[in-house]
Amino acid sequence: MMSITDVLRRVEEASAEDVVAEHLEQIRKSKFNTFITVAEDQSLKRARLIDSGESKSGGRLSGVPIAIKDNMSTTGIRTTCASHILDGYIPPYDATVVERLYAEGAIVIGKTNMDEFAMGTSTESSYYGPTRNPHNPDCVPGGSSGGSAATVAAGEVAISLGSDTGGSVRCPASFCGVVGLKPTYGAVSRYGLVSYANSLEQIGPIASNVEDVAFLYSIIAGHDPKDSTSVEVDTEIGIDCDVKGLTIGVPAQYFGEGIDPAVESAVWDGIHHLEDEGATYSEVDMPHTDYALAAYYIIAMSEASSNLARFDGMRYGLRTEDKDWSTTFSDVRVLGFGAEVKRRIILGTFSLSTGYHDKYYLKALQVRTLVKQDFDLAFKDVDVLIAPTMPMPAFRIGELVDPLSQYLADVNTVPINLAGVPSVSVPCGSTDGLPIGMQIIGRYFDEPRILGVAAAVERSSQYS
Amino acid sequence: MAIPICTMTPERKRMITPEEVEHIGWLARIKLTGEEKEQYAEQMNDILDYFGKVDEITTDVEPTYHVLELHNVFRDDIASGSLEQDAALANAPNKKEGFFKAPRIM
Repeated sequence: MMSITDVLRRVEEASAEDVVAEHLEQIRKSKFNTFITVAEDQSLKRARLIDSGESKSGGRLSGVPIAIKDNMSTTGIRTTCASHILDGYIPPYDATVVERLYAEGAIVIGKTNMDEFAMGTSTESSYYGPTRNPHNPDCVPGGSSGGSAATVAAGEVAISLGSDTGGSVRCPASFCGVVGLKPTYGAVSRYGLVSYANSLEQIGPIASNVEDVAFLYSIIAGHDPKDSTSVEVDTEIGIDCDVKGLTIGVPAQYFGEGIDPAVESAVWDGIHHLEDEGATYSEVDMPHTDYALAAYYIIAMSEASSNLARFDGMRYGLRTEDKDWSTTFSDVRVLGFGAEVKRRIILGTFSLSTGYHDKYYLKALQVRTLVKQDFDLAFKDVDVLIAPTMPMPAFRIGELVDPLSQYLADVNTVPINLAGVPSVSVPCGSTDGLPIGMQIIGRYFDEPRILGVAAAVERSSQYS
Repeated sequence: MAIPICTMTPERKRMITPEEVEHIGWLARIKLTGEEKEQYAEQMNDILDYFGKVDEITTDVEPTYHVLELHNVFRDDIASGSLEQDAALANAPNKKEGFFKAPRIM
């Protein structure tokens, strides 16, 4: 795997154009189906502008290629959300995160594969076929940001962006053995991110190491007038990996029934290592965890049913033969959406419908309050919480075909999105050649601390 | 490999019929075929059975729609840039004289 420092050094030695050409060559040879669109012309053009000095030089990522999940808007570069319904869509504007990366001299090398509209845990639901896990090509890379994690793990790029609605950055980071951060809700602008469940999701950085994730976070975070849910954050963060005196909470509910023993022991090894370095831990009770998964899926699907109503074939993407309005609207969606997207829209519509709204949607929002209270209470006593990111290592492609069985794999990641707190997944071991990740969860806007703890784990981990 | 097991009561009720799935699908403007209706109804019954878990909790706490305590954000009433008409229409599959062309409503 590469680091930002490696790439900057190579830009220095050779040129941005050489670096981009080398990356393109590597991506062309990839066996993992990590990209939906490789921005060959655009990235070479941008590299030449950097080399010639026409583009602003001195950016902190000058000449560094980055892979962007294909649900973020990129001017002139096809954006599909891994769906047939967005066929041929070329955005006329950049997402704020992309703008900020360009301002630092970064080069968008391409758009990565994902579950269709970010709805999945495996990147198998992509219209463009599944991404494969670089550690074992028969296994999934996790999802939904599977392409963004796998391309870093495969050493094709140093850095990427994903989005995390219920674990979609942390799950693939865990399965692919890389570092992925789900920032505090509101820390990063969602302008230009195609909404799936907008009260839950955040864009997050993925890299081979904690320092690069922290650096990328400092570039993309902060208030954006174009996203009124974004807030000002201190982006001048330094990672302090001194954990002396740190108090860790270990929520028993996250080590529940069905957890793989290898995952459990790797995470405990990580905790004991932090203890050796001067941290202390205690078990904490998060009594509403058991209800979080159902509440999460009800809220996410309800929001999805509303957000995805915009895909009507009128302004962009697929269009079928004109009939009456409603029939055309439906024809486009029947043809354009995959099975899981349809299922979630219909279930969301059901949860919001008269007679079921109070039983499902409203109840889920109340559970959300209780889950958030669990976190508030826990963080009165401890600085961070540590738990397995996923209850298992990467599963095999085609192993979890029943929708519910795949939802259940998200049991440890979704409570974090319900509460809106930050969490970083960092590798902490492996089993049968497959990486294991642990997540470090923090108080609102306490990214510097969780990244510091992640760095301490990284330093100790023989796996990295 | 250990996968979390879904615990289901054997005598669970069918919460949604294929006809209801078809109706809701149409409300969401997704017309389902006969086979899809059956398959979706089967899967959705499993999922809704699991979702019923939230109904086990008795609580009167306020619902959380949004985690940050943000209120409506106003900006000054100053015009700012927006997409040019050509750019806004560039992706439209069907357009006419500067407008999106939609199918007839009735």
